[in-house]
Amino acid sequence: MTAPSAETLVLLAVLVPFIGAVIIPLCHAVPNLREAVTLATAGILFAIVCALLTPVLGGARPEAHIINVTPGLALAFKAEPLGMLFALVASSLWIVNSIYSIGYMRANDEPRQTGFYVCFAVAIGSAIGIALSKNLFTLFLFYEALTLSTYPLVIHKGNEEAIRAGRLYLVLLLGTSLVLFLPALIGTYALAGTLDFTPGGILGGKVGAGIIALLLAMFVFGIGKAAVMPFHFWLPAAMVAPTPVSALLHAVAVVKAGVFSILKVVVMIFGVEALSAAGQSLWLTLAAGTTIIAASLVALRQDNLKRRLAYSTVSQLSYVILGAAILAPISLIGAAIHIAAHAVSKITLFFAAGSIHTASHLTEVSQLDGIGRRMPWTMGAFAIGAISMIGIPPAVGFVSKWFILSGAMQTGNWIAVAIIIVSTILNAGYFLPIVYRAFFREPHVGKHHDAPAHGEAPWPIVLALTVTAAGTILLFLMPNVPYALATMMMER
Amino acid sequence: MATLIDLAQHYNYIVTIFLMMAGLYIVIARGNMVKKLIGLSIFQTSVYLLYIEPGKIIGGTAPIIDPAFSVYSNPLPHVLILTAIVVGVATLALGLALVVRINEAYGTVEEEEIVEKDRDV
Amino acid sequence: MKAVWPHLPALQVVIPLIGALLAGFMRRGTTAFALALVVSWLMPVIAVCMLWQVLSSGTISYHLGGWEPPWGIEYRVDALNGFVLVLVSVVGAVIMPFARRSVAFEIAAPQRAWFYCMYLLCLTGLLGIAITGDAFNAFVFLEISSLSTYVLIALGPDRRALVAAFQYLIMGTIGATFYVIGVGLLYLLTGTLNMADMAVRLAEAWPGQSPAVIAALTFVTVGVSLKLALFPLHAWLPNAYAYAPSWATAFLAATATKVAIYLLIRFLFSVFGASIDVRALPLSDILMALSVAAMFIASTVAVFERNVKRMLAYSSVAQIGYITLGIALANQAGLTGGLVHIVNHALMKAALFLAVGAVFYRACPMNLTDLAGIGRRMPLTMTAFTIAGFGLVGTPGTSGFISKWYLAIGAIERGWWPLVIAIMASSLLALLYVGRVLEVAWLRKPSPAIADASDPPLSMLLPLLVLALATIYFGIDTEWTAGMASTVAKALLGGVR
Repeated sequence: MTAPSAETLVLLAVLVPFIGAVIIPLCHAVPNLREAVTLATAGILFAIVCALLTPVLGGARPEAHIINVTPGLALAFKAEPLGMLFALVASSLWIVNSIYSIGYMRANDEPRQTGFYVCFAVAIGSAIGIALSKNLFTLFLFYEALTLSTYPLVIHKGNEEAIRAGRLYLVLLLGTSLVLFLPALIGTYALAGTLDFTPGGILGGKVGAGIIALLLAMFVFGIGKAAVMPFHFWLPAAMVAPTPVSALLHAVAVVKAGVFSILKVVVMIFGVEALSAAGQSLWLTLAAGTTIIAASLVALRQDNLKRRLAYSTVSQLSYVILGAAILAPISLIGAAIHIAAHAVSKITLFFAAGSIHTASHLTEVSQLDGIGRRMPWTMGAFAIGAISMIGIPPAVGFVSKWFILSGAMQTGNWIAVAIIIVSTILNAGYFLPIVYRAFFREPHVGKHHDAPAHGEAPWPIVLALTVTAAGTILLFLMPNVPYALATMMMER
Repeated sequence: MATLIDLAQHYNYIVTIFLMMAGLYIVIARGNMVKKLIGLSIFQTSVYLLYIEPGKIIGGTAPIIDPAFSVYSNPLPHVLILTAIVVGVATLALGLALVVRINEAYGTVEEEEIVEKDRDV
Repeated sequence: MKAVWPHLPALQVVIPLIGALLAGFMRRGTTAFALALVVSWLMPVIAVCMLWQVLSSGTISYHLGGWEPPWGIEYRVDALNGFVLVLVSVVGAVIMPFARRSVAFEIAAPQRAWFYCMYLLCLTGLLGIAITGDAFNAFVFLEISSLSTYVLIALGPDRRALVAAFQYLIMGTIGATFYVIGVGLLYLLTGTLNMADMAVRLAEAWPGQSPAVIAALTFVTVGVSLKLALFPLHAWLPNAYAYAPSWATAFLAATATKVAIYLLIRFLFSVFGASIDVRALPLSDILMALSVAAMFIASTVAVFERNVKRMLAYSSVAQIGYITLGIALANQAGLTGGLVHIVNHALMKAALFLAVGAVFYRACPMNLTDLAGIGRRMPLTMTAFTIAGFGLVGTPGTSGFISKWYLAIGAIERGWWPLVIAIMASSLLALLYVGRVLEVAWLRKPSPAIADASDPPLSMLLPLLVLALATIYFGIDTEWTAGMASTVAKALLGGVR
């Protein structure tokens, strides 16, 4: 038996999660087996993505063509650097998150766990489909699949609040994609005659600055998963979902799919040169900057931990867009690395929030006084995630911020520089008090009668958050792979 | 004046259009279902006239080829309208049958009263 | 086989007609059903054979009774109506197995045989409209299908069905009469009733007789638009669909309006388009305005409608707006979009109405609130409903997306940019009305009214699932639908002056 070719691997990478999604319900009766299938699927997926990494780093761009839906509109996959980066992030964190989910779902005795794992696998499959899509149409297809497959996870609780949140989630995400993203996609197709992602872009030189500005705006706001204000409301609403969902999907897969799509569109549909020539940097900088600052200000005032994290996500996502808006190669590299950096850091923070909820049923920041002494692992990991968010070494958040900042300085985009500095202060403002409370305040003894003495959360949870916290540090020390992929993205 | 003469020469069309409008008016204005059907029939009948009138050629005979005649009336409209009459009769019959059934079910054939009764339920 | 082959066009109409006659003599619903099933399954075979023949060796011209056109009636099958014939007959064949239990449940025993008799007559009429090349013959078939449709609707279980049928009878007859007035004017102008011949002679009459030609065009367009429920001539449709027997609704929604649309396309492109300068008239602007109005207004009404069948009926009006929009665009991509939506919408709507019929068969509720939690009781039925519902929204991966894709490209080619946003914004309304049902069906606690409901038997489930899968399949592989529609659009536009 020979090793499968890179082309087969591309196809397998997309298929494996869906196959997993078919097998999981068959093991409904045996939870252990069911979870084993989830873990095995995640492991296989990660192995496949890693196997793909070598050829891609070596310069190969394996493709798999499925079918021409209409002439000129193909369902096709292609492994290229930026997509590999996203696929790598999503697939590696899926393993960790699966371990975490097992601990969380069992400890909290959540209902409908089989459906949960199925939707999860489909969502990851859709994310991989987005990562590896060869053209904008395929990306759009999986983008919508991701929305639909995560909807049941958002409404998992099944109560009135969850249903209302689900409604907002679906209407905002499908709405923006149907009314803005899809027309922009169709317009691009009509103007360029193709939707294939091409290094250097496909629209360059074909249309005037006005049309470029219009299309870009439709893409940036239409890709609602990137949560650029004012289309960010779905993200805080989605926090009603169980924490593993918030952690992997609403801090990694879904939102990263959004900013990844925008990066792809900027680099491979418009082309950086075309956008600079059309003078698109300023307004995009302002749009991203407004979101960064406004979301940080809102986050400052949130007492609910998960909501605070959600607004922090909204703010951090726009860093990626800011990196793209600066339109300097180095800031785009920073934006790409930030996809990975924010993923590991934010998932750590969510894991910590879920861990606190599981162990103590606390959800508000103001209740966390002294909790660091009871849950040192959890809060230690939280602290690491927090410094990464702020952008302090030795955490990976520093690396991406550094690159984006360098790009801003290079191009003399002082607005962007100011935004980054202000937002760093704000980030510190809403994260450090939590760390301070947890470690340096006395616990309110007897104030919470319903919260009995507790220790750490179950071991799978602690294991998962330790791994991601370690990853946050490790990626700072060795950012080779993301950096290599990000630089390759910029090559013509 | 010329237009008036022109119109007078085509008086048959005026009659047709008058019937057409009268029929349509009845259908729209009347709430009684039987009257509606009568209007519908008048409307359809006007179309029969629309077809048959032009088929008649003054001085023409039945279209039987004979050396003595050279001008024939067009038989095709008659045939077509024969079909249309059948269709019209069928429509009227079905309409009346429905009205009978409606009368059985509602006890009235006035449209407003029927709407009223359905609202009560 | 050799002997039958040249007579396929006649058989396409004659077989269901004879079937209707025989069914009329039958007493038992089951035997009539068996007959209808055999006829329904035979029809696609004939239609596909003819389409294959058209694609391989060009237009079929069949002279009824051996009379040469333009004197005799000609059955003329080209790519366009070959396509429509296949659609109508395939939909009939696929959903037929559903009928037996559904009809037995909803219709009293003595009337069941009549139901199938009327269905076969309706099928005769629809196939006849599609196949004939004679304008007056089309009127006759139009009335055959309409009269049988009125009866099918009146057989509905509720007394309101009678009123709905009566209202449809009035509107339908006015529409058909308008059509026949238009044809009469054309006959006065050209002296022929054969559509192909008419197109040739009309070119001679235009521009000398342009007011009369425009009058004829208007009468035909308005008359046919009444039959196809173009907004605002749709008033008959919601009640008719809502109160007809479930199966009849599915059949009519999928076929009857579609055949009327075919007739409109035939007249606008092959008769008027080929002979006169249609583009000089404001026709396409009017049609576009009405289509957009349909897409928005009917969808909005659907969002607030409480009766699920009426909601779907309003959705039909909106979806017909997409098809007429494609006709209004009148360019390659736009027309392809309109044509492919004829197929896609037929399949989706049939699936949706069948799903509603299956729910009615098991649980009888029709108001939205009664459907609470039905998804847990009838998972397969509601899965099919969900898939077809997303098709209506136009989610990528479903056939509805393909239609909207072509329409949007067509709008851009025509230079009507805002239309692209309008198409997508109206999809959002579709998301709202579909989503409302889905939310109630899947997320609410099951109501006691549906406590012992479960998925229907296989004969009902299978057609439903086939249609739902077709919604997905034709969203991925569009060789047969969009590919065919594109060929047809090319032929139609090639003939336009």
